[in-house]
Amino acid sequence: MGLLPDLDLLRLDFPILNRELAGGHALVYLDSANTSQKPQVVIDTMVDHLERHNANVARAMHQLGAESSAAFEAARDIVAAFIKAPSRDEVIFTKNASEGLNLVANTLAWPGEWAVGVGDEVVITEMEHHSNIVPWQLLTQRTGARLRWFGLTEDGRLDLSTVDDLITERTKVVSLTWVSNMLGTINPVAEIARRAHEVGALVVVDASQAAPQLPLDVVASGADVVVFTGHKTVGPTGVGVLWGRREILEALPPFLGGGEMIETVTMERSTYAPIPHKFEAGTPPIVEAIGLGAALEYLSHIGMDAIHAHEQAITAYALEGLATIPGIRVLGPLDASQRGGAIAFDLPGVHPHDVATVLDTRGIAVRAGHHCAKPAHARFGVQSTTRMSSYLYTTPAEIDALIEGLAFTRSYFGLDPVTAAR
Amino acid sequence: MDLDALYQQIILDHYRSPQHAGLREPFDVEVHHVNPTCGDEVTLRVKLSDDAEPVVRDVSYAALGCSISQAAASVLTELVIGKPVAQALVVQQEFLALMQGRGTVVADEESLGDAVAFAGVAKFPSRVKCALLPWMAWKDATSSAMNGQPAHPNSPKENHHARR
Ligand SMILES: Cc1ncc(COP(=O)(O)O)c(C=O)c1O
Repeated sequence: MGLLPDLDLLRLDFPILNRELAGGHALVYLDSANTSQKPQVVIDTMVDHLERHNANVARAMHQLGAESSAAFEAARDIVAAFIKAPSRDEVIFTKNASEGLNLVANTLAWPGEWAVGVGDEVVITEMEHHSNIVPWQLLTQRTGARLRWFGLTEDGRLDLSTVDDLITERTKVVSLTWVSNMLGTINPVAEIARRAHEVGALVVVDASQAAPQLPLDVVASGADVVVFTGHKTVGPTGVGVLWGRREILEALPPFLGGGEMIETVTMERSTYAPIPHKFEAGTPPIVEAIGLGAALEYLSHIGMDAIHAHEQAITAYALEGLATIPGIRVLGPLDASQRGGAIAFDLPGVHPHDVATVLDTRGIAVRAGHHCAKPAHARFGVQSTTRMSSYLYTTPAEIDALIEGLAFTRSYFGLDPVTAAR
Repeated sequence: MDLDALYQQIILDHYRSPQHAGLREPFDVEVHHVNPTCGDEVTLRVKLSDDAEPVVRDVSYAALGCSISQAAASVLTELVIGKPVAQALVVQQEFLALMQGRGTVVADEESLGDAVAFAGVAKFPSRVKCALLPWMAWKDATSSAMNGQPAHPNSPKENHHARR
């Protein structure tokens, strides 16, 4: 069914999957859309760097400095290859996806070729993560521009019927998620990018949930800027990536000022380093970037096509299982081939926190809440949902454990009088 | 982790049949508190007596959230309505200490009543905030009613006060 071969062996790469939790329960980790677990090779690469090669990059004039710089820049090459960037200089290390999105939204407030101002419009969507909403609210509030958004259809897709009204000659930026972290929806990024480019708008894509699951080709995506966060692609926290087309990155003003991003500094003014360093002020997350390099090599070694097929197989199996739970409502597309591996659902009669707590006592880790997508929850008339999210290490047996756990949750809260547990 | 220690029967009973639920008139102050991490919300009103030593005349609320936060709101109203404010604040302090005690604080049934059932919640760090949400809202509303001014200038943006 498209599952990765030798899943048992692959799982051995992830030491944490062996964790035993309170009550002797084996860990069933279904919260990978929140953050993914890390394979040994990522942990070892980071430890090795800290134990043997640690030094600051670029500015240290000694052997360790050279080794550290080489490892850091090698990570940039790995990222460039992973996303099929035409040039390594277009790959900028950030702190996370949020910082990448803020980098774009902030620099667009300044005068320049792409500046957003009064009368301009920025278009986002109702399914965005707060990280791809708030920076655009800040930008439009600061500049007097107008924020607009695509609504959603009942089955959790973008409502494209309004595209002609939304994307007009006033549109300066279209920013959207590639894959939704709540609904799982995979958006037609290339099609929207084509429409946006017809009116000369800048296209920003949040690939935080796409990078872990889909083979990425930033040029084919049609986007001008693509961001993702390292910790969801089996890499460490503290590092993210922003890719942008060279002309755009060269045209945008700097974001943060500081060391490393300059060419020369006088007391009056400075000139700036060429990309990528122009956007990397201060000491970067060195060991994190190196860890991310190891992570993306690990994923590439398994193959993103194979990982995508695995996710689809597990997602289809999970959707089938969830459908057996009485009353459950899955939000987002029900066809596994049209969605990513995050599945948010509502179990009427039991609040998501209570679902998550009951599952947690059985060793099953899911997320409960609004998943940083409050507007999308509001759109579907729910305050919060429970979300399971799988990844390359997820097994069908773990999905079975989830479904059993949900049946137990229902009976624990007295929704199934016949099999009531108390 | 013992599920039954968290979901004491008393908690589930309050969740299924919440006491004093709904928003009522008259009231002195209304507050709206949100738990930003999970989105649980409570709108809560207090009415105090006009005495020199005011008494809690009424607490009414509309809560949106999990069983723990809903049950906490229900238990709170049972505990504080009819008590002098000073005494009710002592109960609030005791409940706070119980919740923040990571399971090491022994609950005093005499003053905490049904709220002793929340002792198990203290062992679930992710749920402590759920239990505290209505209590923090009540404390906030009560001090506003006492002082005639908002008690929490730093409360999260989504939280609001309204005076009658
Ligand atoms: C779609 C999406 N965008 C952005 C983010 C933000 O990532 P980070 O918190 O690492 O910046 C996330 C993850 O939380 C996400 O799922």
